[in-house]
Amino acid sequence: MTDRVPVLQIGDVLLVSIQVDLEDRTVLDLQDDLSKRIVDTGARGVVIDISALEIVDSFVGRMLATVAAISRVLGAETVVVGMRPAVAITLVELGLTLGGVRTALNLEAGLAALRRAVHTERPDRA
Amino acid sequence: MTEDRGAQRLVELLADHEDDFVTQWVATVGESLSGRLSNAELERELRDLYAALRSGLASGALASREDGFAEIRSLLVELSRNRARQGFTPTETAISVFALKQVLEPSLTGSAKDIRAYLQLSRLLDELGLLTAEAYARTREEIISSQADQLLELSTPVVKLWDGVVAVPLVGTLDSARTQVVMERLLQALIDYNSTQAIIDITGVPAVDTQVAQHLLKTVVAARMMGADCVISGIRPQIAQTIVALGIEFGDIPTKGTLADALRHALDTIERDKRLAENRGSLL
Repeated sequence: MTDRVPVLQIGDVLLVSIQVDLEDRTVLDLQDDLSKRIVDTGARGVVIDISALEIVDSFVGRMLATVAAISRVLGAETVVVGMRPAVAITLVELGLTLGGVRTALNLEAGLAALRRAVHTERPDRA
Repeated sequence: MTEDRGAQRLVELLADHEDDFVTQWVATVGESLSGRLSNAELERELRDLYAALRSGLASGALASREDGFAEIRSLLVELSRNRARQGFTPTETAISVFALKQVLEPSLTGSAKDIRAYLQLSRLLDELGLLTAEAYARTREEIISSQADQLLELSTPVVKLWDGVVAVPLVGTLDSARTQVVMERLLQALIDYNSTQAIIDITGVPAVDTQVAQHLLKTVVAARMMGADCVISGIRPQIAQTIVALGIEFGDIPTKGTLADALRHALDTIERDKRLAENRGSLL
């Protein structure tokens, strides 16, 4: 049985803190869980904390982009927080730019970025 | 057999005139170094060499590679290293060895045995002289590589410019190795100073070509992935022309002429972000 990544709800925000090494199975489970939770809770924002992640491969890089895209389709903004320098360098060397994924230094900055995104978007939707 | 006799004769010769030879040797070498090394120090060095040479020859060895000359080899390498650090030329160092031939010349009788002995010694000293040149080159290379490392350390400081703003003033050409260092330092600084804005100042970069631009872009993308915005500043008119002529695209990365402009841009962005993110009661 593989570890599942917990999805925590805080108000309008879902917090996904990745604390385990990501296997392909875990990643797919996470996508399932997260999209279900967004629909169930009507969350407006998703924060993915990867500060504990030391090793990434292109699959994880693509996962982040996919999760962001899924959330956007479901009406939630995604922000990836706490990326380590080594991880950023690896992703750049892999040629992944995570274009379209919002990023922030830490959880606090991530929530601020979400607020920004939601507030700037609201007039468009009205 | 003949070789043995040559060595024998050399040992005798060197033993008989030890003090004479060393004094003359010191005088000759001292002259070539034109007083940049004290005579006492020179005499100590050369006396050590002389002793090592004698004991090497006494062991019956004649080629510099043989075990008997291990001592003189290490002495010479040490001497050559010191000379290299003190700024002597390789010629001056090698002459220190070759001068012994000159010193020996007057005491030769001209007999066949003496000539053979002298040639023998001459060959040996040639090899030892080359050894010093080799050690000299190696030392210089070590010095150069350690200086390159120091330069890498020195030339990539990341400074905190304002609350939430860090800057990297780049000086010198940007190659892959330096980009790597700059990237690592900058990304670490973003975390250390909790900065959302990074300024890369290229005032000190002499030329920007596609390769340098590629390195800059990589750094910016990495910083963005961590959640910080980057501004490139210090683009001189000349560089701006080159960038356009080469068709380099910086995309949506803001570029500014001066560091001051970049700082203003960064502060404006921080201010705007803060306003937009103002908490309106709920979490979002």
